[in-house]
Amino acid sequence: MLSIKNLYASVEGQEILKGINLEIKPGEVHAIMGPNGSGKSTLANVLAGKDDYEITADEITFLGENLLDKSPETRAKDGLFLSFQYPVEIPGVPMVNFIKTAVNEHRKHRGEKELTAGEFLKLMRKKMELVELKTKLTNRSVNEGFSGGEKKKNEIFQMAMLEPKLAILDETDSGLDIDALKTVANGVNALKSPETSSIVITHYQRLLDYIVPDFVHVLYHGKIVKSGGKELAFELEEKGYDWIKKENGN
Amino acid sequence: MEEKDRIINDVTQSEYKYGFVTDIETDIIETGLNENVIRIISAKKNEPEFMLEFRLNAFRKWQKMKMPDWAYLKIPPIDFQKISYYAAPKTEAKYESLDEVDPDLLDTFNKLGIPVEEQKHLAGVAVDIVMDSVSVKTTFKDTLAEKGIIFCSFSDAVKEHPELIKKYLGQAVPVADNYFSALNSAVFSDGSFCYIPKGVRCPMELSTYFRINAANTGQFERTLIIADDDSYVSYLEGCTAPMRDENQLHAAVVAIITMDRAEVKYSTVQNWYPGNKEGVGGVYNFVTKRGICRGVSSKISWTQVETGSAITWKYPSCILLGDNSVGEFNSVAVTNNYQQADTGSKMIHIGKNTKSTIISKGISAGKSNNSYRGLVKVMPGAKNSRNFSQCDSLLLNDTCGAHTFPYIDVQNKSSIVEHEATTSKIGEDQIFYCNQRGIDTETAIGMIVNGYAKEVLNKLPMEFAVEAQKLLQISLEGSVG
Ligand SMILES: Nc1ncnc2c1ncn2[C@@H]1O[C@H](COP(=O)(O)OP(=O)(O)OP(=O)(O)O)[C@@H](O)[C@H]1O
Ligand SMILES: [Mg+2]
Repeated sequence: MLSIKNLYASVEGQEILKGINLEIKPGEVHAIMGPNGSGKSTLANVLAGKDDYEITADEITFLGENLLDKSPETRAKDGLFLSFQYPVEIPGVPMVNFIKTAVNEHRKHRGEKELTAGEFLKLMRKKMELVELKTKLTNRSVNEGFSGGEKKKNEIFQMAMLEPKLAILDETDSGLDIDALKTVANGVNALKSPETSSIVITHYQRLLDYIVPDFVHVLYHGKIVKSGGKELAFELEEKGYDWIKKENGN
Repeated sequence: MEEKDRIINDVTQSEYKYGFVTDIETDIIETGLNENVIRIISAKKNEPEFMLEFRLNAFRKWQKMKMPDWAYLKIPPIDFQKISYYAAPKTEAKYESLDEVDPDLLDTFNKLGIPVEEQKHLAGVAVDIVMDSVSVKTTFKDTLAEKGIIFCSFSDAVKEHPELIKKYLGQAVPVADNYFSALNSAVFSDGSFCYIPKGVRCPMELSTYFRINAANTGQFERTLIIADDDSYVSYLEGCTAPMRDENQLHAAVVAIITMDRAEVKYSTVQNWYPGNKEGVGGVYNFVTKRGICRGVSSKISWTQVETGSAITWKYPSCILLGDNSVGEFNSVAVTNNYQQADTGSKMIHIGKNTKSTIISKGISAGKSNNSYRGLVKVMPGAKNSRNFSQCDSLLLNDTCGAHTFPYIDVQNKSSIVEHEATTSKIGEDQIFYCNQRGIDTETAIGMIVNGYAKEVLNKLPMEFAVEAQKLLQISLEGSVG
């Protein structure tokens, strides 16, 4: 699915990612944890194609193709989805129009016909139910005035609409109340299949009770300093990051 | 007075005797501007005496005036003696088929979704007899005539309804209002005249009709709209299709007069050639638009989407004379590359309880400059009047400029004037968010810009709102990244 070999990324001369290696196979769920500012969102952004960064890597392939050659929109249409840590507001653009355009761009890319208005509305209703997103939200402008939790739900709603092959969830759990956390996790699980994978970035073990990871990685100072199974998350929850920091001489 | 008329008549008539008649045979007069040229224009158009007098008077005033230099515009010197002020409308088709037309132009037509027959018309291709717009026009004319609505070219109105023209010409826009209105008054080529009788609601947008006419409008257009008591009309000027024009200087005048409880909605989509990416060429657009709400509770609203022209100088205004009258100005102005726009509105409150709203959305890209300039003036007698102005600027990069020049002058204590202004830059984050959902940058900018301008676009008649949306996107193509 995704293979990252020796990825470096820097901004304005400051190195943020310092040699990331990661292999993700179809069907796998990888959790990435790590202290604030360690580079988790940067990794997500680099994969999605944000062009703020100077990037070098031996290789990054997504579905067997060179990822870095592709524009952000092509990556998206190839099946890479990023649920943003901080979803932006786009005033004046109704959510319905936005997601309809997105869905149809994806369909065009796959050589499929655009959905009719009826088909689209049916699909939208189904996916909104999945994450219990209120109908009135899709009539508002993209994320404008949405509460923190509503924004996160809206990200997962979009993911459900676009059915990606690889979903990167950047702190989707932050800002969600306990019930919403379950709903969102159920939504994510409903979309899980042997052909799809996800990267779940989180600070809390709690989310991983619902979205059970196959692997947990710790990102620290731009490097994956530790990897393990789901029990690693419990250990981190219990002990914090001090021991990791010590092990890595800081 | 009569004596004076007689003398003028004698003089002008006798001048015709001395050689001007032959000139009437030709189609284009030589460049330059003087009284003789004005006489020729008037004669070619077979105008009655009062029109010639109007033109000459305007010309004399114009000669004493100076080009305005207060706008935030760099205007290259214009040599008014190098311009030809009269050309008979071209009726011959330039091309036999669409294959001969510039593919770029056709590409834009297609993006705008303009039907093939209309594309031909706009590009100057010979049109099939069956599809010819003339038949469409006639149908419209019949419907309008039934209601007593007069809608015709300005020249026809001068001949067929001289009493109305005499009464209202120069009332909303006085001849010497400004340099360009004086010039227009002296040399105007043609335009439209519209009269809606008492109590009549015009049953259609006067847009489709106008659009069909649009391809041959001259460079000095003049439009006069009169809405009598309790009448209503929605009028659309211009066309979303790119208008190529060899005339660099355009100085139009539009005047609207509303009587008691009458309402006029005037919508403009302006897409004249803006020049190329390096800022070479393009139309200079100096427009005077003014409405007088003469009657009580009457309403005039100006809605404009300005994407074209190298230079735009334009301030559609309302004089709110009647008590309880309402003026509105809604504007989206896009500038890209080296375009310059200085546009806004004037709201002059004279009657009691008068209300006005100004909504201006500037969008700048490339190395362009986009200015809002507005005046809200509340006279001492305009008790309990209100104005709300909102001027927003959206910047697409760091090389363009946006400026706001609001002037407020309130002369009584019971009135309230509010002004809000914002400037924002289109967010890289917003574009990236769209990209991440599979939407390319150009479409994303189109969506964001249309979202930003929605409040104004919503005021356009439905069919044009859709076209204007596409137009905004096309005007900004290649402006980011
Ligand atoms: N565009 C940028 N310009 C400057 N610094 C940046 C930029 N993007 C990221 N950084 C810096 O890189 C470091 C890593 O940031 P990143 O957002 O990836 O951290 P994170 O692991 O996601 O943290 P958090 O858990 O707080 O979300 C931080 O120090 C941040 O300030
Ligand atoms: Mg982060």
